[in-house]
Amino acid sequence: MIQAIFHYEFLQNAFLTGIMIGFLAPLLGVFIVVRRLSLIADALSHVTLAGIAASLLIEKQFTALAGLNPLYLGMVFSVGGSLFIEKLRNVYKHYQELAIPIILSSGIGLGVIFISLANGFNTDLFSYLFGSVTAVSRTDLAVIFIIGIFVVAAITLVYKELFILSFDEEHAKASGIPAKSIHFIFIVMVALVIAASMRIVGILLVSSLMTLPVAASIRIAKGFKQTILFSILFGEISVLGGLFSAYYLDLAPGGTIVMIAVLILILMIFYKKLMIKRHVQKEIQCNER
Amino acid sequence: MSSIIEINHLFYRYEKDVVLDDINLTVPEGAFLAIVGPNGSGKSTLLKLILGLLKLQKGKILLFGQEISKFKDWQQIGYVSQKANSFNTGFPATVFEVVASGLTKRIGMFKFFKKEHEVKVKTALAAVGMELFSNQNIGELSGGQQQRVFIARALVSDPKLLILDEPTVGVDAENVNAFYQMLSDLNAKQGITLLLVTHDIGTISDKVTHVACLNKHLYFHGKAKEFEQMRMEEISKTYGHDIQLITHHHEHGGVRK
Repeated sequence: MIQAIFHYEFLQNAFLTGIMIGFLAPLLGVFIVVRRLSLIADALSHVTLAGIAASLLIEKQFTALAGLNPLYLGMVFSVGGSLFIEKLRNVYKHYQELAIPIILSSGIGLGVIFISLANGFNTDLFSYLFGSVTAVSRTDLAVIFIIGIFVVAAITLVYKELFILSFDEEHAKASGIPAKSIHFIFIVMVALVIAASMRIVGILLVSSLMTLPVAASIRIAKGFKQTILFSILFGEISVLGGLFSAYYLDLAPGGTIVMIAVLILILMIFYKKLMIKRHVQKEIQCNER
Repeated sequence: MSSIIEINHLFYRYEKDVVLDDINLTVPEGAFLAIVGPNGSGKSTLLKLILGLLKLQKGKILLFGQEISKFKDWQQIGYVSQKANSFNTGFPATVFEVVASGLTKRIGMFKFFKKEHEVKVKTALAAVGMELFSNQNIGELSGGQQQRVFIARALVSDPKLLILDEPTVGVDAENVNAFYQMLSDLNAKQGITLLLVTHDIGTISDKVTHVACLNKHLYFHGKAKEFEQMRMEEISKTYGHDIQLITHHHEHGGVRK
């Protein structure tokens, strides 16, 4: 396959995109998971679906717009959805998680209407739902690259503020951190990365790439920076391993990527259990002496 | 001695309920003031008003001689909230990272953590006796140790005033005394003005310099020595009924009703 990557442009695109997504999704995922907002990614991915369905419908109705990349409208919907979630979280201060099912079902509802209006699509909707090795174009790659630079720069610049907001929001606000603006930038980044990831992992599975590597990492990491580092490592292993196996076994990469991430998670849970057991045994031995 | 906090004719109500009724209170520089009072007496509301987390309805609060609405220098004030020890204990952060987060505002947006900041974090950890736990995840520590870490986080930005809201909730009974001793040392040796809201009147009265008894009204405000002489009377007034005072360590604080 290594040879094939040099031969086929679509494979190069898929792998380069995969490497970027394997980095970006777990990086943002760490902040999402520790803030107990894991389901936000699911809500936004479903809104992205509505954007993609809208784009495909427009393409079908207006042939002049046939070249429109569905990624763009997907991003617009995703960012719009993220802003709505923020708004709803302020409206329902005591039921903040309520914003997520509201946006999630609105996204699906809207998506289904667009799909019905178009009487189904010629384009393979399946690849948007579960990802595809062949779907990534050079334009997609360029867009994801730009998003990647934006996300890495923003996280580096406001890392301290994001950390304190995630750990203790009240303390952050009391010490004068501009919580609202930082949260806004963050949620927009999440929306963009979700839209960017869907080509490879698929809409239905994109949230898993933001949460599973983090869930595995939290089991074994010491400190926040190490949690980020392990999450990215697990994310990359999942994406690259998933793409390889999807290509060889002719499967949708969304499925293989997620299953590898689940496998890593299970391994880490057992590893941690083993470590605790050993630690307890050592302590017993020390006490006996 | 100049006052760090000056409160004049402060009123506050949540809808129909008056929680603070004409409060006048001063905290002189270098003082260690304990505010005591039963649950729902307005202690936390008073702290929130001082911290600017609630909007002033009626009355005046001066911080470092400046009206609170114009006060900008929040770095002068360190705050350890009641909720500090109810944080997500599974949060994957080391003690060092948590204390370093106290420098966020001081370092400023778009700027990075440097060597000199590392020294500050280590000094703050040493001040609360937690320097050996620097690389441990915060969730692995006991309640008392976690609370010390949160105090270090507040101390790291060199505040002149440290505000603590019931800091011994979640601290083991046998460690409560040592905990207050540490606060007393911070006040005496480093000259930090301390404002503490607590239930542990029995344990605290020999460690603080000033006491205020609050139950919507301010029933007593003065030096700890004066309070010592008449404390049963003042406490009964504040709590509205007789109470039995326990001066030894007690799991749930120092007051038994």
